[in-house]
Amino acid sequence: MSDNKNNNPIAFVATSVIPESPPPARETGIYKWVRENLFSNIPNGILTLVAIAVLYKVLSSTLPWILNGIWTTSSLAECREVLQGKTGACFSVLAERWQQLLYGFKYPEEEYWRPNLALILLFFAMAPVLFFDLPRKLLGFTVIYPFLAFWLIWGGSIMVPIVAMLGFAAAAVVFQKLGKGSFAAGFFGAIVSALVIWKIGGMLIPENASETAMLTAVPSRDLGGFMLNMMLGVTCVSLSVPLGIALALGRQSSMPLIKWICVVFIEFVRGVPLITLLFVASVMLSYFFPPDATVDLFLRVVIMITLFSAAYIAEVIRGGLAALPKGQYEAADSLGLDYPQAMRLIILPQALKISIPGIVNVAVGLFKDTTLVSVISMFDLVGMIRGPVLASTEWNGVYWELLGFAAALFFVVCYGISQYSQWLERRLATGHR
Amino acid sequence: MADTSQMQVSDEIAITINQMNKWYGSFHVLRDINLTVNQGERIVICGPSGSGKSTLIRCINALEEHQQGSIEVDGTLLSNDLKNIDKIRSEVGMCFQHFNLFPHLTILENCTLAPIWVRKTPKKEAEERAMHFLEKVKIPDQANKYPGQLSGGQQQRVAIARSLCMMPRIMLFDEPTSALDPEMIKEVLDTMIELAEEGMTMLCVTHEMGFARQVANRVIFMDAGQIVEQNEPEEFFNNPKSERTQLFLSQILGH
Repeated sequence: MSDNKNNNPIAFVATSVIPESPPPARETGIYKWVRENLFSNIPNGILTLVAIAVLYKVLSSTLPWILNGIWTTSSLAECREVLQGKTGACFSVLAERWQQLLYGFKYPEEEYWRPNLALILLFFAMAPVLFFDLPRKLLGFTVIYPFLAFWLIWGGSIMVPIVAMLGFAAAAVVFQKLGKGSFAAGFFGAIVSALVIWKIGGMLIPENASETAMLTAVPSRDLGGFMLNMMLGVTCVSLSVPLGIALALGRQSSMPLIKWICVVFIEFVRGVPLITLLFVASVMLSYFFPPDATVDLFLRVVIMITLFSAAYIAEVIRGGLAALPKGQYEAADSLGLDYPQAMRLIILPQALKISIPGIVNVAVGLFKDTTLVSVISMFDLVGMIRGPVLASTEWNGVYWELLGFAAALFFVVCYGISQYSQWLERRLATGHR
Repeated sequence: MADTSQMQVSDEIAITINQMNKWYGSFHVLRDINLTVNQGERIVICGPSGSGKSTLIRCINALEEHQQGSIEVDGTLLSNDLKNIDKIRSEVGMCFQHFNLFPHLTILENCTLAPIWVRKTPKKEAEERAMHFLEKVKIPDQANKYPGQLSGGQQQRVAIARSLCMMPRIMLFDEPTSALDPEMIKEVLDTMIELAEEGMTMLCVTHEMGFARQVANRVIFMDAGQIVEQNEPEEFFNNPKSERTQLFLSQILGH
């Protein structure tokens, strides 16, 4: 500085506070944007041109196919007649068979309103769980929903879901009462009380109840189409998340027996392909039940898919638990919180938040894996396409349209799940670390 | 600030540690620890790193398990009985080097969580008490922020307020200023001094010797898992008896 009296070259004193100023304004305009983002240098320019070429190639061959699509004929042969050699899709199969693709080929047509209603109510039931800013009272409907949906889709006597619900309610009450003293007492007490209620309730329901019921009974083997995928997906995801949490905590348990059971279960299930588990469900599982017990195939498949994805979710959550600093456990302990409180209030909220991308990954994968049930001759969306639709004389050979339709349906749901998870991550970010 | 070292200490015993030993595997971390702390006493524990001073105070609220000897806190014997452990933990507050605030909860929720769930305090009352203690540590205006938005010194003061909300009879401090920038150490120490002036029983593991001189009525020096020397602060700093203490003090006060 020139006015430095000491002539000391390193002495410096700031004489004023430098005022805040806005950052330099960025130049705008489309030309600049294109130059900066698409053609900033020669390799980038080449990449841009190649990308445009690829896009043109793809669109120029698919768009005419879609836009020329035929929607009104009644067989593939008629489609070909109308098109007379031009490219064009034969969407008529969707127009004619959409009901089969969505509901399966045996679900009674006049009852379609029941799964439709169940689907609409599903959104109301999921809303308070997914968007926790909504009033907590709405959760009441979420609790009732599984039983209501069961009754809507399967029909039959309303007594069945009511007895099931009473069983769970009794279990919850017993757990509340006994669980305060000891967790084990509450847990086993709850199971016993639920079983007792179900046994008594089962005896009270008259044999012919389903014949006189308000809603016609639909057996499980008549369910199919995308409805079946949705049912399996929703049921299995919502069951496997809590089971996965329990397994992850069990794997960290200091009680060796519980820890070993969880480790063996997780490692075994993860080491076996889902398809073998499904074959076990369809063929072999009945050997494990008493001879007179007929456990529904749908239920058996739900059990297997749930166990399978619970093992994966458990490992994802274990990663989240391991990522938490030890200090969080110590702080919870030092404040006198007991194990369930520390887990519920401190550890799991943070561990689950870290695990969201992983859990969503498993959930999306699980939802798509529900199409594997077509291999054990359940007629889900893919099963319907491969079986009744493609095997019919009218539509034999309409692969692209049908499988594209299936892909589109799955994409819509999976993309929705993924968008939700991104919203959730943003919503839960509290600006730390 | 008032010199608190002459403050009254009651005859009531807060903590008794009798012939306590602890091992990590085969490594003998704590050796024959005998310590009696009266209600209202302010003890500073110092010593080189690895001397077992943190482990000692972490044994008092059972964050670490001891293998031999006994620890009695407020008349409750520390054993494997979870009920006793939870009872002691709710009477003993603790502040950590890295604050360990709950990052997913606001400052206010951090402070009200344990009173509501452990003490079953009604939410409104817990919030009033939390605001009272947040005022005391001089950050009531941050109550609705998240820990990640606060500076280190502010976080540590929140951690102190969080412990105080449980109305503890004893406070443990495990190097509360070691992770802080120099500018923030003072605000945390001021809070601790204020707490000492109110007669809180305190055990502090710290290297802040100025704090020890001003506040403590006993300084304990540990080395290699052993209590080497303990004395009143004046005597401890001006006239250390053991060679090991002299060496340690010359190293930390020397520069």
